[in-house]
Amino acid sequence: MIDVIRAGMLSSVQDAGRTGLRHLGVAKAGALDALALEVGNRLVGNAPQAAAIEVTVGPAVFRFTQATRIAVTGAQFNATLDGAPVYAWWSLPVRAGQELVLQGPTRGMRGYLCVGGGIDVLPILGSRSTDLAAGFGGLGGRKLRDGDRLPVGTLAPTQRRATSIDASAFGVKPPQWCRFAEVAHEPIRRGKHAAGAERAVAIRVLRGPEYDGFDEASRTAFWSDEWCVTPNSNRMGYRLTGSALTRERDAQRETEMLSHAVLPGTIQVPGNGQPIVLMGDAHTTGGYPRIGVVIAADIWRLAQVRLGGAVRFVRSTREEARYALAEEHAYLRQIDAAIGMHEERMRRRAHAA
Amino acid sequence: MTEPRIYPFGDSALVCEAPAPATLACQERIWALAQAARAWPHVVEIVPGMNNLTIVFDPLSADMDGLARQMAAAWERAVGLKASTREVEIPVYYGGEDGPDLQAVAAHTGLSVDEVVRRHASAEYIVFFLGFQPGFAYLGGLDPALETPRRAAPRLEVPAGSVGIGGAQTGIYPAASPGGWQLIGRTRLALFDPARDPPTLLQSGDRVRFTVAEVAR
Repeated sequence: MIDVIRAGMLSSVQDAGRTGLRHLGVAKAGALDALALEVGNRLVGNAPQAAAIEVTVGPAVFRFTQATRIAVTGAQFNATLDGAPVYAWWSLPVRAGQELVLQGPTRGMRGYLCVGGGIDVLPILGSRSTDLAAGFGGLGGRKLRDGDRLPVGTLAPTQRRATSIDASAFGVKPPQWCRFAEVAHEPIRRGKHAAGAERAVAIRVLRGPEYDGFDEASRTAFWSDEWCVTPNSNRMGYRLTGSALTRERDAQRETEMLSHAVLPGTIQVPGNGQPIVLMGDAHTTGGYPRIGVVIAADIWRLAQVRLGGAVRFVRSTREEARYALAEEHAYLRQIDAAIGMHEERMRRRAHAA
Repeated sequence: MTEPRIYPFGDSALVCEAPAPATLACQERIWALAQAARAWPHVVEIVPGMNNLTIVFDPLSADMDGLARQMAAAWERAVGLKASTREVEIPVYYGGEDGPDLQAVAAHTGLSVDEVVRRHASAEYIVFFLGFQPGFAYLGGLDPALETPRRAAPRLEVPAGSVGIGGAQTGIYPAASPGGWQLIGRTRLALFDPARDPPTLLQSGDRVRFTVAEVAR
């Protein structure tokens, strides 16, 4: 079991999310930074889609009632285990009774506390994820509260030596240190930012079905503005603010757009001209014009942009989108290989002893 | 019927959009297309909209251009499915606390409360598609005489099961949520129950009838 001593602003149980039910209006939910979840689960010997605790911003405190193995991935928290520092993207053993403190993150927006065996709440509609809007899944369909107790699954019997409960700590390379996560930056920086301000995160985007219906000034602003992430953003969508995006007059004339499917990554523009990027908890259908779609490989990067931070949209292509995703898979294979090598070293050391 | 427009929607989805206007015959063809798409490899979601269908696929395994061709061919073959013969009756408690806007709808339409209820409960509705919330059905078939604009100020919380009218549409809120529709009644049936299989009371193509459980005046 894990005791939630302090749940923080928004913590919830999330796995890879629900699929195959959007035609019934059931959203995906799931970890917004799915890559961090996958790496964290590998670090504790779980299946990549096992459920973890998604901690948004923090601060949060958890106590383990049993010995297990944990990893904190995603955001870079000032984390400590009984006062000793815990590095992000590391796998480490914990003893029964130890307390993990996640202070506010120094970088990123949400972290994943992965535990050996996974968070073992009842799967609903094929997933353990919390659907906060519809109020089901996870723990009682709600965010975690102080005093909650979360069941932990049993470790797989095929557990590798490297990720077994008593094996020593080890770490892997976070994705943001890897070349694949870099996006070519346009050199131009707009003058309105104070020196030293965090630069806008580049997010690669494909033009959406209604892109051409926006007027030229809006299309230009879409690619050149730095879009600020407003505090109204949540797991349903990132609400951005910048230039007002307007449609050509004849595009406006087809006023009421018929409802169509929307997906995580869809960038829609409601009447006020301020774009919203839909995230995991978003509704399944909508009627606003779709100016763009974030490529699948960049959704996790967007999920780590903080409220008040800025993003910039960079034109992408289908080929680039596919290549970026393939590189992400290659990175996951590197993680597997790194854990395998660590395992091999441990075996040799055990033989030598 | 003219050709549909088939276009990519991001790196993981394709949309088939039928030519306007949206009709029941066209929507039946959308459902037939949705059924065909279930057999296509690497397709993970098939989501009908109003007059359109979106399929979501695994971008690394699927061949988008191949799927687009498959979609065009399937549309040609998609002879309209007759809307499923499933008929779902939904008993509604009209007016009073369950339908606080019933009087307002009567005033707007110039009909009596009884006439509003009679007309709402005598029509046959068809589920065009689901969306917005789990189990929320977009119903076609509202008597035009009952059309009433949405409330100027949306309610912060509409109770689950509320039956409303918003413009030319009628529908049922499966879960408590903010909402701007005129609430004329409420059903005690669960529109969405994640423990049930299937989890939603209604599905695309279902025929729906509202029955009068009670009218509070």
